Amino acid sequence: MKKDLISITDFSKDEYLRIMNLAADFEKNPNQELLKGKVVASLFFEPSTRTRLSFETAISRLGGRIVGFADPGSSSATKGETLHDTIKMVSNYADLIVMRHPLEGAARYAAEISSVPVINAGDGANQHPTQTLLDLYSILKTQGSLDNINIFMVGDLKYGRTVHSLLQALSQFENPVFNFIAPKILQMPATYKMALKEKGIKYYEHEEFTDIIKEADIIYMTRVQKERFSDPIEYEKVKNVYILRNAMLENTKPNVKILHPLPRVNEIHTDVDANEKAYYFEQALNGVFTREAIITHTMNLK
Amino acid sequence: MKKKLKLKVSAINEGTVIDHIPAKNLFKVISILGLDKIENQITFGTNLESRKLGGKAIIKVSDKFFKDDEINKIALIAPHAKLNIIKDYEVVEKRVVETPDTITGIVKCFNPKCITNNETITTKFNVVEKEPISLKCHYCEKITTEEQIRMV
Repeated sequence: MKKDLISITDFSKDEYLRIMNLAADFEKNPNQELLKGKVVASLFFEPSTRTRLSFETAISRLGGRIVGFADPGSSSATKGETLHDTIKMVSNYADLIVMRHPLEGAARYAAEISSVPVINAGDGANQHPTQTLLDLYSILKTQGSLDNINIFMVGDLKYGRTVHSLLQALSQFENPVFNFIAPKILQMPATYKMALKEKGIKYYEHEEFTDIIKEADIIYMTRVQKERFSDPIEYEKVKNVYILRNAMLENTKPNVKILHPLPRVNEIHTDVDANEKAYYFEQALNGVFTREAIITHTMNLK
Repeated sequence: MKKKLKLKVSAINEGTVIDHIPAKNLFKVISILGLDKIENQITFGTNLESRKLGGKAIIKVSDKFFKDDEINKIALIAPHAKLNIIKDYEVVEKRVVETPDTITGIVKCFNPKCITNNETITTKFNVVEKEPISLKCHYCEKITTEEQIRMV
């Protein structure tokens, strides 16, 4: 049976760990010609330069060839071709499909149609599992373990798919503690909190972004997006509350690392960048190794 | 002395009586079971008194016996429905409706950005909660709640 990666919940804890091990191996030796002679379709029905470059770098380092499109304007979707037909055709050409799509559930549907493995590079506001795996890898690498992590998630916790998936993934490990810092209207949805409760996992909610972060092993920052607010006054009230500044890191733990899925706007002040606790740029580089690992795992190359 | 008012719907010889349907969902039940497309004799009553449901409806279908997976489709909108199987004017069997664990192709996903609302795809849901009903879309993973349920 072919293996796809559509949702973070598709993989078991053992599979997460296997991908972590593979990623560590690719970090030591990024150029391994495991995809030599293979063709990978990179289908971006919605532009996402960062994710696409990361994937295409990973494919190139594995020695694979890339076909596809970078934005829907240059695809047959503009001519009205259905997703069904595009995937049917492409899966005849390629050995693997990496796809990004603005509609939710598009990747799951594509995986059902395709005869070759599909990796979801983001489907609307739903899932972005490769981001979650690279977040896990970044946590493992900087903390030495995925157990006993005290993580502070800050910003838009209501709509942010990256924090939802990371919460689900970290819940599989021993004794995590979650701290949610968000304005009332952007709090972590009840379904995720219920899931934590059922597993007996501790979580705390805060509205203030203060020195409570001194307990953190990981501070995961997200962008508070203007378009989420129906009332512009509400946005003005909260937009500058959740900004991380270098001075705030003074009493934090020596092992703490700051993660951000990027792009950032102003939620991490640039004066943090020089601090060794800032990790978001290395995190992005980890994405290449993690994606090499994910491709290797889904295609059984190792 | 007042006489007790009793409903009289003519008895059927052979077939199925579906009782305890919420009155507001009668026509949805008819449509889901495809009763509007068959030639059998059908009688129904609605807005009948029911302490449990407020107002209930009842359907009698002559010469029709439903399979489990067929009748379980109405569990979404008539979870307390009861079936009486009639043979020769006698109730020979009573059955209740059971909510299945998965629902295929009956309900629309409430999420306008779900792929199933943008391309011709049969919907598929996992039932995460049976009472009140709550469905998780197999594709977009969003939850459709009872109030949001719309039939395909």
